Amino acid sequence: MRMLFGVFLLTISSLALSAPQGDALYASHCAACHGDTGAGGVGVPLSLPSFLNSVDDDFLRKTIRYGRPGRVMPAFRALSNAQVNAIVRHIRGWSGKPVPDFSGKPVRGDAEHGKQLFASHCVACHGANGEGGKGTGVTFSRKRDLPIIAPALNNAGFLAAASDGMIRHTLQFGRENTPMRSFLEQGLSEQDINDLVSYVRSFGSGVAPPGKQTATVTETTITAESSYSLEETIENLEGAIVSQNFILIRTGTLEHGLTTEGEEDSKEVILHFCNFSFLYEALKVDPRVGMFLPCRVTVTERDGKVMVTTINPLYLSRLFNNSELDEFCKRMHGVYSAILEDATL
Amino acid sequence: MKRWLASIFLLCSLLHIPSLVYAEEIIMTRSVLAFPEAMLALQESITAHGYTVSRVQRIDVGLTGMGYKTDKYRVVFAGKIEEIRELTDKAPALTAYLPPKISIFAEGEQTVLVTINPQVYAEIAGDAIDPIIFTHWESDLRSIFHDVNVAR
Repeated sequence: MRMLFGVFLLTISSLALSAPQGDALYASHCAACHGDTGAGGVGVPLSLPSFLNSVDDDFLRKTIRYGRPGRVMPAFRALSNAQVNAIVRHIRGWSGKPVPDFSGKPVRGDAEHGKQLFASHCVACHGANGEGGKGTGVTFSRKRDLPIIAPALNNAGFLAAASDGMIRHTLQFGRENTPMRSFLEQGLSEQDINDLVSYVRSFGSGVAPPGKQTATVTETTITAESSYSLEETIENLEGAIVSQNFILIRTGTLEHGLTTEGEEDSKEVILHFCNFSFLYEALKVDPRVGMFLPCRVTVTERDGKVMVTTINPLYLSRLFNNSELDEFCKRMHGVYSAILEDATL
Repeated sequence: MKRWLASIFLLCSLLHIPSLVYAEEIIMTRSVLAFPEAMLALQESITAHGYTVSRVQRIDVGLTGMGYKTDKYRVVFAGKIEEIRELTDKAPALTAYLPPKISIFAEGEQTVLVTINPQVYAEIAGDAIDPIIFTHWESDLRSIFHDVNVAR
């Protein structure tokens, strides 16, 4: 009995010593996007006072847990509740004010009237269907004097995280230093605001719940066997790349720079190319897109067989959780397929 | 009493199980260093970990050359020749993804680094390759990113 009690005490003290450290967890999971001090970057500025003053801890917890499907913010499902709470405490530490306490009661309003109000007051920033502002992060896609991109109100993660009371509070008081202004100050009544909340909540009926798995692309590459020699295939590829309005940057071996000149395998060749207009648009959508860059086709000759391979952009795009980027990847998949077809048939 | 204590002990023990390691597919870090210093720290750490920087693609230079306004943005390719040869030989699908690369771009006065978790390559390679190599790469990449993250 005494021994059991001793083990119990040891476990309790061990637990206390190993309590999750919010600052360390934030640094390893959040800081790369949101900044070390929450000032924002690829992700939204979490330390913005008007943000922290208008969201409760449940919203932060659920946002970490569910993420924003298709809107870059990943779902951190593997974190324990204690770890999520520690991160929330760390974020909350940037605010000197008490945690907002919103009513858990559903807001009753006229969603049809809310829809009309949404069309006249919200669509410009949040989109016709509440899909949110375009782009990601500060680097390429928006001016630095705009601290936040209008959130996607129809996003399953948002709808799961935000209570009616929280949405209502934001509509009532707005968010200082962001384009979101108080709707009371704009002349809407409390009932109008309830109607808007009901309309925003109605977005939930048309979206999949957060965490639902989407279809997975299993083809990791786009590959074609060439009916030409290695040299002819390279020449064909150079022509096909230009005909797709891309600029050929360079042609070199896959091993270039990894070993001394002359030691490289001349039967593995990469053609790098780019369309800077396309690239610029893609970078505005997601600054992490460098992982696709530069566009390239690899040609190999093994046992007399010439193969042409590219990455499958659709396979990679799933890593980014960015539905806007998915559209670019579909276009790029088409370009790669056309180049391979032109060069190998 | 004994049963009650044993139950609490069991509960505490269960709570004490460390959470699963978060297997994110994109690895990112942020450096408080400006772009040139962060770039230098990155290349030094890559070399210190035994990898060769094979090429640096200057994305920003191409964009500005075409008239687009952009911040500093580079892609750094690195690898070990013997590993790259083994992988492309045994898993041809990987040739489209190799050598591994790290994107590095300025974000105001700071710098952000992004790369694909090498475990993604393991999925592409399938059974053709012992996945231990990708585990080593992931460990090295995290170490490299840590070096850049703490460099001052």
